[in-house]
Amino acid sequence: MRGPRKLGRGVAVVGAGMSKFGMFGDKDSKYLFAEAFHEMLSTVDKGMDPGDIDALYLGNFTNDFFVHQGHWGPIISDLLGLTPKPATRTEGACAASALAFREGVFAIASGFYDLVLVGGVEDMSKRSTEDVTQGLAMAASPYEVRAGFTFPGVFGAMATAYFARYGASREHLANVTIKSHNNARLNPKAQFNVSIRDIMNQRIEKAKNKEEPPPAWTDEKEFLRDPRANPVVAWPMHLYDCCPISDGASCVLLVTEEIARDFTDNPLYVVGIGQGSGKGLHAKEDLTYFEATRYAAQEAYGLSGLKPEDVQIAEVHDCFSIAEIVHIEDLGFFKPGEGYKAVEEGLTRLDGSKPINTSGGLKCKGHPVGATGTGQLVEIWKQLRGEAGERQVPIKDLRVGAAQSLGGTGGTCTLTILERR
Amino acid sequence: MEARAFNDISYERFLGEDKLMGSRCQKCGALSVPPRSICIECYGSEMEWVEMKGKGKLAAFTCIAIGPPLMIEEGYDRKHPYVSGVVELEEGLRVVARIEGVDGNKPETIKIGTPLKAEFLHRGEGENRTTFLAFRPS
Repeated sequence: MRGPRKLGRGVAVVGAGMSKFGMFGDKDSKYLFAEAFHEMLSTVDKGMDPGDIDALYLGNFTNDFFVHQGHWGPIISDLLGLTPKPATRTEGACAASALAFREGVFAIASGFYDLVLVGGVEDMSKRSTEDVTQGLAMAASPYEVRAGFTFPGVFGAMATAYFARYGASREHLANVTIKSHNNARLNPKAQFNVSIRDIMNQRIEKAKNKEEPPPAWTDEKEFLRDPRANPVVAWPMHLYDCCPISDGASCVLLVTEEIARDFTDNPLYVVGIGQGSGKGLHAKEDLTYFEATRYAAQEAYGLSGLKPEDVQIAEVHDCFSIAEIVHIEDLGFFKPGEGYKAVEEGLTRLDGSKPINTSGGLKCKGHPVGATGTGQLVEIWKQLRGEAGERQVPIKDLRVGAAQSLGGTGGTCTLTILERR
Repeated sequence: MEARAFNDISYERFLGEDKLMGSRCQKCGALSVPPRSICIECYGSEMEWVEMKGKGKLAAFTCIAIGPPLMIEEGYDRKHPYVSGVVELEEGLRVVARIEGVDGNKPETIKIGTPLKAEFLHRGEGENRTTFLAFRPS
């Protein structure tokens, strides 16, 4: 880097909304984005006129492949009545809308625009699991695909390297899963808003109704160890280590700092943004971290003047349980090799010292890939403004939250830090 | 050796000839597998081919139960998982490859650090012939 990063002028988030995430046979990308947009409008405390939006940046990854329709910028612009304002699609695999957010920030910081809508959408559930697996693998490196790797496989391999280096095991991954489900249980927008305990009780009830012997799991960990309940996908990644296939949309409204209070008395300021790129699995210098996340974090912390310990809550890209552990280390919240211990000690729970993925994360909230980046920011928006309801973290003077996204096998990683003043 | 472009097409062709080939920068000596046409150490563009010895050890692995159509066609499924891995070559570089000769149903028996040797899995005939890099315990 030549000198410190800086923004030309300040940027604030003044509205944020998302659709429910899930598998919807009867909802398409346009319907879902309209749902997210409508909620976003309702969150702008002093109201706003959509006609004032200067531009749209939209993240989307797989719609070309899954619904055979590309060029989603103008489709969504037309949907919202924004034409002829410019619409730009960003693609960074599963970090697509995190890139849209970043481009929106740059567009305002440069002085070019004052109001920008950024968001993302994905429609994935209308295809078979095999098709989706193959489609998502388009974001891996070609060598990984030739070697038979799937996405769960890449993260599974990283997990074996992490286990061998630090002595962690599948049991530690289970801690991540249990926590994610506990949080998602309190999130009505989540695809799986049930705890592991709820799922166990449902299964036991079902067996009883069929007059079969009920499963005798003593606790959540035993349920997760049971191969019938939690089959292997790509060892050591099992079903409950993996995010689901999801449909959904999300968006946030960005404005220049000077006009933020025209929209709300409680804006969130964009204090840190960072982005990095990374190599394929074979070329990574180390299999236990993502250099792109570390770079993104360095950039975002540098811009904000904040340190990892200043970030009070974070949404991280837990496409797989091992990823959450690696990310909280890469972001500097915990030392390398200590992330899994922090999760085990409960530090990342809702009531812990560093709540992670209060929304339930990708694992439980759902992962409509293009919608995930701005979807994470919707959760930070709710938490920092004290609007997260039952899952509101009990931290006093909550001011700083962050969201980290990852695309592909770590090829594109971002970190965004928001602050309430 | 005939001149071949330092790219993935040539890399695949060499695999078809049972050779694991990388590129070496003639200016600074940096090795790369798969090959690169530009050296990212010194940005030189004069490369030469180097054959890897095909020996290495297992650095990471996964046993995949839900694979892509390509692997399903080969007979792999939830009951018959296959193994993919990252192999650290003696030359100090890593490659991703299929791992043969291990039991995907018994991941606890597969150990990181296991010495491996390369083999070349040829599939299909004629224009459809393709080769996959694999390693198995040596």
